[in-house]
Amino acid sequence: MEIGPILSTLRRHKITAFLLVIEIALTCAIVSNAVFLISQRLERMKMPSGVAEHQLVMVQMTHTTPARDAMARTQADLAALRAIPGVKDVTLASQVPLTNSSSNTEIRTDPSQKLPTLNATQYFGQDLIRTFGAQLVAGRDFRPDEYLDYAKVIHNLDLVRTQTSSVVITEALAERLWPGESALGKRIYFAGVETRVVGVVKSLVRPSLFEGDGGAQWSMIFPLRMDVNHASRYVLRTEPGSRRRVLDAAARVLRQLDPHRIILEKQTFAEIRTDYFRNDRAMAGILLGVIVALLTVTALGIVGLASFWVAQRRRTIGVRRALGATRGDILRYFQTENFLLATIGIALGMVLAWGINLFLMQHYEVARLPWIYLPAGALALWLIGQLAVLGPALRASHVPPVVATRSV
Amino acid sequence: MFAYYLDLALRSLKRNKGLTALMVLAIALGIGASMTTLTVLHVLSGDPLPGRSATLYYPQLDPRSLEDMRPGEAPPKQVSWMDGMNLLKAGRADRQALMTGGAVAVSPPDAAIDPFFERARYTTRDFFPMFDVPFLYGHAWSRADDNNDARLVVLSYRINERLFGGADSTGKVLRMGGKDFRIVGVLKPWRPAPHFYDLMTGDYSNSEGVYLPLLTATDLKFPFNGSRDCWGNSANVDQKTAQCTWLQFWVQLDTPAKAAAYKQFLDNYSRQQKSQGVYQRDPNVRLPDLMQWLDYNQVVPSDVQMQFWLALGFLVVCLVNTIGLMLAKFLRRAGELGVRRALGASRRSIFAQLLVEAGAVGLVGGIGGLLLALAGLGLVRMQATDYAPLAHLDMSMLGATMLLAVVATLFAGLLPAWRACLIPPALQLKSN
Repeated sequence: MEIGPILSTLRRHKITAFLLVIEIALTCAIVSNAVFLISQRLERMKMPSGVAEHQLVMVQMTHTTPARDAMARTQADLAALRAIPGVKDVTLASQVPLTNSSSNTEIRTDPSQKLPTLNATQYFGQDLIRTFGAQLVAGRDFRPDEYLDYAKVIHNLDLVRTQTSSVVITEALAERLWPGESALGKRIYFAGVETRVVGVVKSLVRPSLFEGDGGAQWSMIFPLRMDVNHASRYVLRTEPGSRRRVLDAAARVLRQLDPHRIILEKQTFAEIRTDYFRNDRAMAGILLGVIVALLTVTALGIVGLASFWVAQRRRTIGVRRALGATRGDILRYFQTENFLLATIGIALGMVLAWGINLFLMQHYEVARLPWIYLPAGALALWLIGQLAVLGPALRASHVPPVVATRSV
Repeated sequence: MFAYYLDLALRSLKRNKGLTALMVLAIALGIGASMTTLTVLHVLSGDPLPGRSATLYYPQLDPRSLEDMRPGEAPPKQVSWMDGMNLLKAGRADRQALMTGGAVAVSPPDAAIDPFFERARYTTRDFFPMFDVPFLYGHAWSRADDNNDARLVVLSYRINERLFGGADSTGKVLRMGGKDFRIVGVLKPWRPAPHFYDLMTGDYSNSEGVYLPLLTATDLKFPFNGSRDCWGNSANVDQKTAQCTWLQFWVQLDTPAKAAAYKQFLDNYSRQQKSQGVYQRDPNVRLPDLMQWLDYNQVVPSDVQMQFWLALGFLVVCLVNTIGLMLAKFLRRAGELGVRRALGASRRSIFAQLLVEAGAVGLVGGIGGLLLALAGLGLVRMQATDYAPLAHLDMSMLGATMLLAVVATLFAGLLPAWRACLIPPALQLKSN
């Protein structure tokens, strides 16, 4: 296909051609960034939690007045919950991944260090690692004799300050604190307490990512037994198929044991995850909607302008046909014209996409746009352009040569 | 003249139904998306207390220890019990209130309603007059009740509806956390957005259901709800003496001079605390006003801002699209316009005629955009976010939508209309 004649025609329609190029450029830039943002959100929604997600359910409860013998109450609760058919493990956890309510502390690897190394979250609860289904990759779980009562500890911190207590941390935290070394036996210091790493789990996400996603896996687990006055979330592990039944039974059992109790929440872990990432899902949906709307508007714009051009050049087309151009020639002419305009638009659009990405990176938590999204956006626009121009181009190819002989 | 132009415009629009529909659709989509996101942005970044916010300030002090100090760091976002009480008792501002969030178990007087947990605000009484909180029945508790562990409660409109069916419940007794409280007041519906006085319990959360005197709730050890930041290695867990910040302290200062004097007072207070060995750091005080405080905390979610930029980009594409289509449409009518010119119409009147046509497209597109924006806001309200119930189109945004649509389309029509009125009359007549 000769592009010379096409260019000389376009030169006579500078403004319209320019507008089409700008539209394609803007669409290309916005679409590449939007697709990238969607992929980031989808990636985030898949964030590993480190727990047996398809087997866990949670019941959150509270008492209208503090329970009198909280530890005895807790043990009775645990026994009753364990007796529910299908329940494998139960724990009263101080906090649960992805539920937003968390206890965090600044930790040091050296007690004389001036500034803390980082902020990590602290999980407490008897048999928590086993119930959560967290996967130990080094060291061991806590021994029964290592557990202390949380209620006793907060009223007498000497219980944990006079001796080195044990801690289990995540692989990510271990790698951050001691890169390339084994974490087992290493010490972590905080609030005047010295702890020794006895085990490492593959992953355990924090309840709340208030400091961004970078430290999502900075979690520590301590051998402390919670009671109903200091914790509110019972976590139960069961078969995936019995989750709903176990959840209902657990809520019923807990209320039967103490009528002064209020059940605040009962959720499967799958629901907890859905809840936690609802904003990401909504944002991905909105972005997808905008992409579809943008491509539709651009495609319709191309259809409109191409139809106008075809109508305007009806006579020229007739002359060309009379001079021996085939229908295919006319069709290819309009397709090539669109391809040329789209290509200029896409080239501009890539520069613009990069600029938009820079703006987003500066103002929001957005990563650098990987180059792979640029050709993806380009391909989308080439395709849309060719599809949109096909109708008008076919109409052009059906202009009969006889048009050339008419005066109008 | 205008009526004639409008008639011409409508005829022309009717002639190319497809092209007209395309332009209207593009404008409607662009306006609908922009106005949906702009309305959400407008609602979320609004002033929660118009007319009053400029006199409300949020004092910040820095009572933390030296060991964790990072140079130039901002003071904590909340105050400790000790500082809060000291500033409250000093009473240097026109009004002042110390407060924090909590949650209480409510046992309804009607046994048919199950006990439930409700978000509470523990505060001193100036909270009500300072934030202009409207009362439906009764009034706030007295200043004396702030200091005598009074078992008094103010209910929100919502809770009064739920417990007493909306009747005047003042004087009745309500059991909360196993203790009896006398109801002294019931509020009218009140939901400042953002939840400015305590951003630790959600930037746009609903206002609390019950309001209790701070000292009463603290002495009863009612559950605390919010963020507590501690320093040092003390084993102290007593709320009143622990080295932790967990309360919000607000002051009303009616003139800028008073605000400057108050800042000086905070500075002197910090200096005095340091000389007494209570503080370890040099004075590090701030006194942002309400809007500065919201700005500093970046309450408007970044997703909402990003959606706004996205919609704006979309609108630009829609407008470029409209310019192109309008240009095509106007130039295609070169013959007709040439005849009008030849018959004596001035360039100016051709220009006006075409702009009226553009305006008509804008108006119809604007109405379409408005419907789309209403649908879009309906979708936003269906989201499970704190701010979802706030997403409503008010009169000013409705006006802005129509204005934006017409202005944007007129703007888009400028170039095509200008190009079209340059058409020389003679040439067109000749070629025809």
